[in-house]
Amino acid sequence: MPDGAARLERAFTAAGRPVFMPYVMGGYPDLAASVRHARILGRHAAVIELGVPFSDPLADGPTIQAAGQRALAAGTTPDDVLGVAAELRDGPPIAVMTYYNTVLARGADAFLARAADAGVAGLIIPDLPVDEAGPVRAIAHQRGVALVALAAPTTGEERLEEIGRHAEGFVYCVAVTGVTGGEVAVDDRLTGFLARARARIRVPLAVGFGVRTPEQAVAIGRHADGVVIASELIRRIDEAPDPAAADAEVAAFGAAVDRALTASA
Amino acid sequence: MSVATRFGPYGGRFVPETVIGALDELTEAYERHRDDPGFRAELAGLLDRYVGRPTPLYRARRLEAAWGVGCLLFKREDLCHTGAHKINNALGQVLLARRMGKGRIIAETGAGQHGVATATASALLGMECCVYMGRVDMARQRLNVIRMRMLGAEVRPVDSGSATLKDATSEAIRDWVTNVGTTHYVIGSAVGPAPYPEIVAELQSVIGDEARAQSLADLGRLPGTVVACVGGGSNAIGTFRAFLPDAEVDLIGVEAGGEGLTGRHGASLALGRPGVLHGSYSYLLQDPAGQVAEAHSVSAGLDYPGVGPEHSHLRDTGRVRYMNVTDAEALDAFSRCSREEGIIPALETAHALALIAREGGALSARGPVLVCLSGRGDKDVDQAAAALGIDA
Repeated sequence: MPDGAARLERAFTAAGRPVFMPYVMGGYPDLAASVRHARILGRHAAVIELGVPFSDPLADGPTIQAAGQRALAAGTTPDDVLGVAAELRDGPPIAVMTYYNTVLARGADAFLARAADAGVAGLIIPDLPVDEAGPVRAIAHQRGVALVALAAPTTGEERLEEIGRHAEGFVYCVAVTGVTGGEVAVDDRLTGFLARARARIRVPLAVGFGVRTPEQAVAIGRHADGVVIASELIRRIDEAPDPAAADAEVAAFGAAVDRALTASA
Repeated sequence: MSVATRFGPYGGRFVPETVIGALDELTEAYERHRDDPGFRAELAGLLDRYVGRPTPLYRARRLEAAWGVGCLLFKREDLCHTGAHKINNALGQVLLARRMGKGRIIAETGAGQHGVATATASALLGMECCVYMGRVDMARQRLNVIRMRMLGAEVRPVDSGSATLKDATSEAIRDWVTNVGTTHYVIGSAVGPAPYPEIVAELQSVIGDEARAQSLADLGRLPGTVVACVGGGSNAIGTFRAFLPDAEVDLIGVEAGGEGLTGRHGASLALGRPGVLHGSYSYLLQDPAGQVAEAHSVSAGLDYPGVGPEHSHLRDTGRVRYMNVTDAEALDAFSRCSREEGIIPALETAHALALIAREGGALSARGPVLVCLSGRGDKDVDQAAAALGIDA
């Protein structure tokens, strides 16, 4: 298995246009469905973000919180989600999104060993900022898993440079000052932030938080290498009357986003 | 001097990147203002004339007799304006926020004492105030919800998770992540990402500084034992800090034993494992996969699965002993203190008293026992009356 960082970088750059990185929560609405949704989305995506449900997700708005509560209530464990990743290893590279306590509870070494075994390319830990990440980064390196840094519109110049120095795979740029599930505005503040990030970060930039429509994805894609859509996908799964309808909805939405991004290139 | 960010291995800043800039800004502002004579004079003036400091050190002679303690001293934080020690921290932080040019204040609250203190400081200093409170806590601390609203604060109910302090804190952090440019988050306990645990500890250390000096003045000696209840641990760290260098003084933190340690409880230091919740690395009640457990205590203020990082360090070093008492023991001490001393303590505070009821005789061998009477129990009368079978 090639190095996770290299696989992720290639996934964002190979198409020569901005690509789609959909978010799927492991175990939501159940484990089998999350595998199915990720496979369907994999046809339209360059990278899959696979979320691990957590009891206290500080960076997430109500939609992902509720999905996580439902996955936890059904008994989903971090190991189950890494099992989902293993099932998806033949598709696009997987970046696992997990809160730090999940990694700590297992032990970073054991968690990363299991993630590497499952073929996971990258790890996104939204509550592990760059200055606290050293020990986990070292272990991730040994396992060939990229520790994906996050940057936000509020991140200052010096920190952007520090993030750039450590960046591998891609950098997850948070599009809004806020939690997931809001509404992004593609304005001067966001494009200015992405320009600042681009100037200081060598690896691809994926942008997420508050992106809901193919049109927003296209607008953001003009300033980024990848676009993440999370809460909107979960909302569509929530509203589907049955699993077949959810699968169809996921397929149609994934295709629409991918088509829009392709057409914009 | 720079603000402490770690206590041994504990503490740190485990938060979304979005608020890192605000933590840097807060650290810088606090380092600049805390030694500024203007800031110090403004805070000292308010603590003196608005809060009513220094609070008395009172000798509880009737409970001495009841509990077999030679000398029992109450540090009367219940006599602070708004009825608990929480105002010491809230006033300091809201003053700081005003100097930082922030116009909006948010807070989380469990028992409502921190929410009331923050709403009070915000009213006094002309700030907009929004308090997050779990729906369960709003029901059991109804009086404080009404007080906050009377003071002009907005109280936002939180329904997620267990709908208690943990969830209110998460929701306050989410608000802060979203409104970080205009808003200061007044954390109510010595928890959260750095620099909060240190700021809260320093603002609360007035309790122990006064108590230590009062003990020397009144008794000509230091207490043998100092006791305080620990949820997040702000009154405890504020009381203990002055005594940390006094090796002969035994320091005891009392956690919520709830239904007992084999049932539901809030004893993070007794039965938790180190982990990350709400921005810092500290002892935490959690399941094997790292999902945060729901705490339980009869007292909303101790109903929290985490604890301040400095307490985790003091536990590991052994400088402070952490013990726990059950809901039933706390209710019994609540009742005894009310009847023997004419002081209705907060249910949180009743935990510290219950430890003295149980161990007072043994503790007394070391000399006077000093307890932080962290708050008054008006807010708890409905809940305690129901538990104790008292009718109106």
